[in-house]
Formats: sequence, structure tokens, C-alpha cells
Amino acid sequence: MRVARGELWAGRALLLALMVITILPFISIFTTALHPSGTVPSGLDWPASPQWGNFVQAFKVADMPTLLLSSSFIVLAVVPVSLIISTMAGFAIGLLHIPGANALLLLFVFGLTLPFTGIIIPIYFLERAMHIYNTRLAIVLPLIALYMPFAVFWMRAHFVNLPSEISDAARVDGASTWYLFWLVHVPLARAPIASLGILMSVWTWNQFLLPLVLVEDPSQRTMAGALGAFQGHYATDIPLLCAGTLLLLVPTLVIFILFQRQIIAALLQGAVKG
Amino acid sequence: MKSIVTSDNRSVVTTVSRRTYPRKRVRRETVIGWLFAVPALIMYGLFVLVPLLLTILYSFSHWNGVGPLTWVGLKNYVTVFQVPDLIGTIVNAFWLVVWFSLIPVGLGLVVASVIHRVATGRLGSAARTVLFLPQVIPLVAAGIIWGWLLALPGLVNQILTAVGLGAVTRAWLGDFDWALPSVGLIGIWVLLGFCTVLLLTGMTKVDPALYESARIDGASWLQEFLAITVPLLRYEVGVCLTVTVIAALAAFDIVYVSTAGGPGNSTAVPGIQIYILAFTQRSIGLASALAVMLMVLVVVVILPIQRLSRESAA
Repeated sequence: MRVARGELWAGRALLLALMVITILPFISIFTTALHPSGTVPSGLDWPASPQWGNFVQAFKVADMPTLLLSSSFIVLAVVPVSLIISTMAGFAIGLLHIPGANALLLLFVFGLTLPFTGIIIPIYFLERAMHIYNTRLAIVLPLIALYMPFAVFWMRAHFVNLPSEISDAARVDGASTWYLFWLVHVPLARAPIASLGILMSVWTWNQFLLPLVLVEDPSQRTMAGALGAFQGHYATDIPLLCAGTLLLLVPTLVIFILFQRQIIAALLQGAVKG
Repeated sequence: MKSIVTSDNRSVVTTVSRRTYPRKRVRRETVIGWLFAVPALIMYGLFVLVPLLLTILYSFSHWNGVGPLTWVGLKNYVTVFQVPDLIGTIVNAFWLVVWFSLIPVGLGLVVASVIHRVATGRLGSAARTVLFLPQVIPLVAAGIIWGWLLALPGLVNQILTAVGLGAVTRAWLGDFDWALPSVGLIGIWVLLGFCTVLLLTGMTKVDPALYESARIDGASWLQEFLAITVPLLRYEVGVCLTVTVIAALAAFDIVYVSTAGGPGNSTAVPGIQIYILAFTQRSIGLASALAVMLMVLVVVVILPIQRLSRESAA
């Protein structure tokens, strides 16, 4: 590498500075969280006597176990269903080339740039009429639908690039479309399905607008929605707010550290293909 | 039988085998094929397409959410254009594009090219992970964290005071002039890492021989950046712009949590205004008109970006 030594160090310094800027906000809320509840400390200040009990208190008042269960339930309801129906649709459009496939694809792609705020109003009134307002179903059903443009587009991109010999061979062996799908193509599509699953899990966990509008009870919300409610209640108690925020971030941080390679790869691919 | 040709001009895979079957079999396969697409289509139709049509219908009506719907034609759209607080949200959204999109993409290009040139190995991969962190946490958390950092006793003012700029300290998110740039700063923090890592991935796909020969010729970082990196990364830049422009125009979470549109209407963006109009003021018609305008706006801004980046990639 022909890079001047000075440039090398300048570049590394820039990089380190950027990493510090990224991390520093987390450190600031961590030290703030250790101050006595109800006080207003300054931004970065190690307390004389760290109040570790703030985390216990935040755990209790936020009702952490309930929130974890609620968020997990929503993810487990949204992601598998979305994966199955979008893979089936992607298969029909990309591989079976059903008549009208192009029009259908266009219809889904049309929804790719749709801001959630654009259609949240009728969803609210529809769900009131369907009597699912203020239940987890109120978040689950629209989320599955809102993921369809991206998910179908993503799965279709996988199927359209498959060599046709694979299906032909199975056809010759007399496999029905149903078996062709489940026994041949779903196993072959493991990688794109896994990435899509990671993406949709992160998006669901972090979804804020739908729980804010459609579910009043924080214990029926996603983690982001619950965090919003927590902020609403404890906005004035800054150490407790910081402790609660950190606590609600723990599951995300643990999962990210464990699966960082897969998550980063999925989010990048997701952007490039979408 | 009809031969079906796909967008990429490959004829249907089973055409040959189908021909040996009677016509009835073909129709049966079409039905089965469509059955695969139906569940996704039903969900999409029910919770996206129907609401979309209803939003358009509401936008031409006067409705408070409970009483009867009255048709008012284009009145709501005229109101959005006439009331400064409403059309102002669209102006604010474009300002956010500068902060959420232009700065992270521009800065991301520079940072990625620096990392690409100097930091390989452990520092590079550590940076990748750390810079990506703000992208995986909920935007709500980013809003709460920065709400505290930008508060009067927060870290930002603490640092400013420490470097002798105590005179400029203020409650950044509560200041009429500084609230919008402060919200923009949160956006930069969230999106810079994402843009950097995405662009960096693009750079590693560029043939290293290009950089190698440029360096043998003694090219500086700037020459290398302008002659190789930027032109060859047009597709990745297009992707970054698309993602970040949508994040700016459709911003909601960060703004709702950090300022809720205030002070006054200085940080009100369409998403926030739609929420307030519909769910606290019960002006469903007006909120829907703004929603339709937002959706059209996103498409109008995104399409040229997509076209430009795809053309150059081909």
C-alpha cells in the first residue's frame, strides 16, 4: 500500500473520532442513569455514589418482562406469516410466471416508497370497525401488509434468477407445484429468507407509529412503542428515563452483538435491493 | 396455448412440458399459481391498498371521524397550500433532506474512502460494527438519547463550555432557530454509519487494480476520490440517497420524541402534522390531504434518483 504515513494516521484518527461520537451518547445516558432519581446531572459526570438501583426501579416501573413478551409475540406473529406469504407470492411471480405476473409485481413495487403515515388514518378507523383496536392484532395485521411490497420484491428477485433446470427436473419427476415449492424451492431459498427474516424482525421490534396510534396499552406494544410510552411518563425524571431507555435497548444490543455480521449484511442487502 | 414472456424475456420454464398436457391442465396450473400469490395480495389489498384509496377519499371530504362524510372537492388541498403552518411542514421536510440525506451521503463518501484507504483489518471491522449501531436501535431511543444530550445541562453544552464556547450554549431543541438543525443532527448520527458502511461495501467491489495503478502514479486521496470512487459508486450513492431521502421526507419517530414538532411549528414535518391533525384535532380530511401530498412528494423525489443511479449502473 502506497499511503503516506501522515495520511494513514490522519485517517485512523478520523475513524476513531467518528467511533467516539457514535458511542459517547450511550455513555452519557449510562452515567446519567446512575445519578439519584429525580436529580438533573450534567451530560457526562460519574456520580459520587452510583445508583445501580435505578435499573431495578426502571425494570419494575416499565414492567420489562411483559414488554419483552409483548414485543416477542408481535415479532413471532408478524415475521413467520410475512415470510411464508411473501415467499409464496415471490415464487408465483418470479418462477411460475403466472399470467399477469408483471402487473402484480408492479402493484407490489408501487407500495415500496409508501410512508406509513400516509395510510395510518384509514387503518385506525378500519381497526376500530373490526374491533381489533388496542390489541396486538392491530399492530400485527397492518405490519404484515406493509412489509409485502419489500418482501415480495425481495423474494421475487431470488426466484427470477434461479436456473429453470431445477424446476424442470422436479417436474419431470412428477412433483406438484405445492411439493415443488416446499420441498425444492423453500430449502434452496434459505439464505434470502433468513436475511428477510432478520430485517423484518428488526423493523417490527423498532416499529413506533403503529403502536402509538393503534394501541394505547403499553403492555400490548412493540419495544419501541413501549419506550415511547415510558418517555411520556418519566420525561421529567431524567436518570430514571435514561435507565429505562438503556434497559429497553439491552435486547437489541445483545442480539446485534451476537449476530452483527448477519444483521449488517441483511440491512445492507435490504437497502441495495429495495 | 399462449406463450408467456417475462420482463427479462425468458419464456416460461414449463412451456415445453405444458404443451404435452391438455388445455385443462394449463388452466389448472394458472389457478394454482395464482393461489400462491393470493394470501400476500389479500393482506396487501386489505391493509395497504384499501387504506390508500380511503385516504384519497377522505382527502376530498370534510370529516371529524364520527359524523357523516361531506364531499368538499379540492378544498382541503387549497387549505394546505394557504395555511403557512401546513405548507411549512413540507418546507421543513425539504430542510431535513439536507440534514438526513445530503450531509450523511456526502460525509459518508469521504469517511468510507478514508477507511478504504487506511483502515483495513481489525480497526476497519470494528468501525463497521460501531458505526452501524445507531441503525439497529429504535429511532425512538435515538430521539430520547439526543433529547437529553441536547438539553441545557446535556453533553453537547458541556462540551461546548469545555472548549470555551459557553456563550452559544442553549436548550437546542427548544430554540426556534436551532431546533430543526438539532433534529437534523440526530438524523446524521443515525444515518451516517449506515451510508458509510454501504458505500464502503461498494468500494470493496471496485477493482483494486484501479486504486493500485492510481497510487503508483502518485494520485492523492482527493484525485483518487474524484476520479475513481465517486463515478464508480453512483449506484451505491443512489441507494443511500433513496433510503435517506425517504427517511427525511417521511420522518416521524425522531421528531415526535425529541420535539413533537415544536417549538411553535419550527420542526413540524408532514408526518407529525398528519398525526396531530387526525388524532388530536380530528380534521380527518385535512390530515388526509396532507398525507396524499406526502405520498406523491416521496414518489416525485425518489423516481429521478432511482432513474439516475440505475442508468449509470447499467
